[in-house]
Amino acid sequence: MTISAERPTEVDDKGVDPPEFIAQPKLRRHGLLGQHLGTAIVCGFLGYILGHWLGNYVASGYPYIANSGQNSIAVLLALMFMVLGWLIGIGALNYPFAKMLGREAKGEVEYQGWTRYFRYNLDHKVVGIQYVVGVLVFFFTGGLLAMAIRTELLNPTVHVFSADTYIKIVSEHGTIMMMMASSVVVGPLGNYFVPLMIGARRMAYPRIEAFSFWIFSAGYLVIFSALFFGGFPTGWTGYAPLQTQAGPGMISYLFGFAIISIGMMAAGFNLAVTIINYRAPGMTWSRVPIFVWSIIATAALLTLASPVLLAAGLFGILDKTVQTAFYVTEHGGSSYLWENLFWFFGHPEVYIMALPGFGIVGEILPVFARKPLFAYRIAAAGMIGVALLSFFVWQHHLFQSGINPDMRPLFMLTTELISIPTGFIFLVGMGTLYKAKIRYEVPMLFCMAVYFNFLIGGMSGVFLSDVPVNVTVHGGFFVLSHFHYTIMGGLIFAFFAGLYFWLPKMTGKKMNKKLGLWHFWTMFVFFNLTFFPMFVIGLLGQPRRVFTYAKNLQTLNDFSSISAFLLGASFLIFVANIMWSQFISPEKSPPNPWDSLGLEWQTATPIPIYNFERIPVIMTDPYHYSEPGAPALADFGEKVMAPNTSPPSSSTSTDQ
Amino acid sequence: MSNENSQGEEINHFRRIVYIWIALSVVCDLLFWFLVGPHVPPGRMTSSAQGDQLDFNILFVIGLPVLIGVSEWLVYAAFNWNAKKKDTPESVGGPRAWGNKRVEVSWIIVTSVVVVCLAGFGIIELVALQGAGGGEGPNPIWYPHGAIQAETAALAGTGTWSPNSNDVLPVQVIAQQWKFTYRYPTFGGFESSELILPDDTAIAFNVTSLDVIHSFWAYQLEVKADANPLENNVAFTRTQQLGNFVVRCSELCGLWHGAMFNYGTVVSQAAFEKWATTTEAANAANTKNLAPFAWTYVPDANGAAGGYYPDGNVTPYSPTEIYGSKQPS
Repeated sequence: MTISAERPTEVDDKGVDPPEFIAQPKLRRHGLLGQHLGTAIVCGFLGYILGHWLGNYVASGYPYIANSGQNSIAVLLALMFMVLGWLIGIGALNYPFAKMLGREAKGEVEYQGWTRYFRYNLDHKVVGIQYVVGVLVFFFTGGLLAMAIRTELLNPTVHVFSADTYIKIVSEHGTIMMMMASSVVVGPLGNYFVPLMIGARRMAYPRIEAFSFWIFSAGYLVIFSALFFGGFPTGWTGYAPLQTQAGPGMISYLFGFAIISIGMMAAGFNLAVTIINYRAPGMTWSRVPIFVWSIIATAALLTLASPVLLAAGLFGILDKTVQTAFYVTEHGGSSYLWENLFWFFGHPEVYIMALPGFGIVGEILPVFARKPLFAYRIAAAGMIGVALLSFFVWQHHLFQSGINPDMRPLFMLTTELISIPTGFIFLVGMGTLYKAKIRYEVPMLFCMAVYFNFLIGGMSGVFLSDVPVNVTVHGGFFVLSHFHYTIMGGLIFAFFAGLYFWLPKMTGKKMNKKLGLWHFWTMFVFFNLTFFPMFVIGLLGQPRRVFTYAKNLQTLNDFSSISAFLLGASFLIFVANIMWSQFISPEKSPPNPWDSLGLEWQTATPIPIYNFERIPVIMTDPYHYSEPGAPALADFGEKVMAPNTSPPSSSTSTDQ
Repeated sequence: MSNENSQGEEINHFRRIVYIWIALSVVCDLLFWFLVGPHVPPGRMTSSAQGDQLDFNILFVIGLPVLIGVSEWLVYAAFNWNAKKKDTPESVGGPRAWGNKRVEVSWIIVTSVVVVCLAGFGIIELVALQGAGGGEGPNPIWYPHGAIQAETAALAGTGTWSPNSNDVLPVQVIAQQWKFTYRYPTFGGFESSELILPDDTAIAFNVTSLDVIHSFWAYQLEVKADANPLENNVAFTRTQQLGNFVVRCSELCGLWHGAMFNYGTVVSQAAFEKWATTTEAANAANTKNLAPFAWTYVPDANGAAGGYYPDGNVTPYSPTEIYGSKQPS
């Protein structure tokens, strides 16, 4: 049962049978026994009850709690114990507890069959699929809330929701979407494909990887619970002292962000360590696929920026539960402190949401253009450059706040400088498309859309970075449109490009192209029709997060709302596509349906549990498309090649 | 390889794209500058509005060619180099497709120069417009002539303002959930719920909050400054047109954030003086009961932290006190 996943320092020569250590592991089927999602829910629920009781027991006597009518301490303890119960129930703590008690930990059982997707599984491919479902649940929840927002904004005077409900919907939408977006690519596609792309059998820390998913899903429960505690009125930015003033729903926000940041740190350093240490022999830094470059840049941001959010969240929790005054100006704190801490995390965060999108696009373009990635080094340098600069721009969110106004020229400069490395990504894309023979498959269309959307998003960012113009556009619909163009138009489009591209490898089943095209065109058109008018709405003076607005803006708002409903409907096509092509009428996908040269496509479909029969030896850099006589990408060892996989030597000319 | 050369001779795609790009950019830029530019919100009611409109237009004129260039490239690629088209030549890989030093270096140089120039221009505008109508904190380093004297005098209660004196007019904006109140320190510190300003006058807005963070956004005046509790955030502008304007809160401040707006008017200097002196006289009895004029005010016990944190003025500290019952003096 013990399996050594160490990679051999040298790969044996051809013709030798696979050595003992890569024999298939014993697999167990356990049905509904053991620990799984069900036990996690039960333990989480019990934890919630216990925590709530404890909170009421210890804290309800204090006057400031008795007077408030709401016991924030009980809510906090309930959520803490719920998360703890959730982790215990799923089995995330079995290993560390056993080790702490000095016992030898039992090796985790490798479950097979469908129940493994509901368990604490250490296989990065299972975690990847779990993440796909997880982020989609996040995404669709946030999306429904967006529909509610647009419904309210149909009319400035007739209200569907009360002002109170509306502001809670807005806040919940923003927070859920931000939490989702920080993991939307790194979680599903990063976990699933990074080991495959670098020729590894697993992630460096499989337990931490599984932990990152289960804490991420606990984060969803926590942030969603805000709605049951009366919501929170602060938007996703959670500014104090509004935060201090808010009801116990705020605890869900603060604690939710705190534990999401733990998951982000875990995912980040796991990916970084994996990429640095688990690359197959021969995969030098100049041979690392561009998606992996984007993930390592993102991992650095996740690891370095998230702790600040964790600290900020904990300060807020202390302010709200035990009356510390980190953010209360009249008691020696500062409302600027939250703004600084939040955006010090928040700006790297927006690049956490942009970089993986660039990586996906860089990975997919060459496949459908049948050309090598143009200026590979520039692309990698651009990503690292963006990651570095992203730590030096946070105060551009605070240009009008009165904090450090003398620093505005500096932050204006750094913010505009960040468009230089971002521009590299455009150079790379344009160069790759130049004189290519482009195949318009669904993933390719999504990639082209990313360039178009991010172009508009990026250009509008230049306006925001300019302090004089920022006076008008800050805090209005202009900035709202800007970040929807970059995050949704960039990252989410890239995520769907990635899903359409890689799902055939993940599930072994093709996606329906016709439905995919419908999904793409409706999403692309209605996305632009929804958000482009918002630039104008913003310039005409509509602030963000308002339930009412000037009457002369109703036509534009209605146009935007109706487009938003249709944009929402476009995701139904996606869901239909998933249902149809993955469950109802599945069609088997060949191991390499797009004729990609990527390492992840060279292994069999379905992917063997340890990915590669033998650790491949990387022979050359990636993206040798349309190059007769190019060297093979990797040596997989002759005898252990998976059936149906074209031998690497034939990859020199894949398009006939 | 020979294929590649012959293609290059047939159609020079790059040159074609560049020609189309130049033509489109020039046309669109001119159209924008002359047709749209003068109408770009928020107009020219103040010096900062006018300056910001210029800034916006210049950014747009520089940004538009970038937008056109990249989109044109994408569209051109999509239609010309489509695998479905019969005569599309095969992609060619190999060293020439991996990159092109000349292209890469020129791209980096051009984008860097544009970006640094834009930042430089933005900084010049920021300084020239005395903060461009944005909040500059309690100690602004860029201010109109005479602003410091006017502010100092206002606090001491010795400030004066009269038509044609060219004095800076300090106005205090007090934000609270969910309304704006304005105080005029040069006129005895009376409070008003509508913002009346004289034409052709430099105004110093002193923005503060009594509870949570708000943002004072006088849209047509192009002034935006966050209102922070116990902080004075100063923003300058100079009125140059008569007319009405709207004030909105642009920082989420809770339940009725969407309804936190009111209106203001820029009137002639004589009309302003008349209004200010009449209102000062009419309100004198009420003004007497207000807190003395100050840049910031200790938040009300019913404010953000009211009823939750012990009141700042409770001495000696008593944990059993029912917090918030005591009003600040």
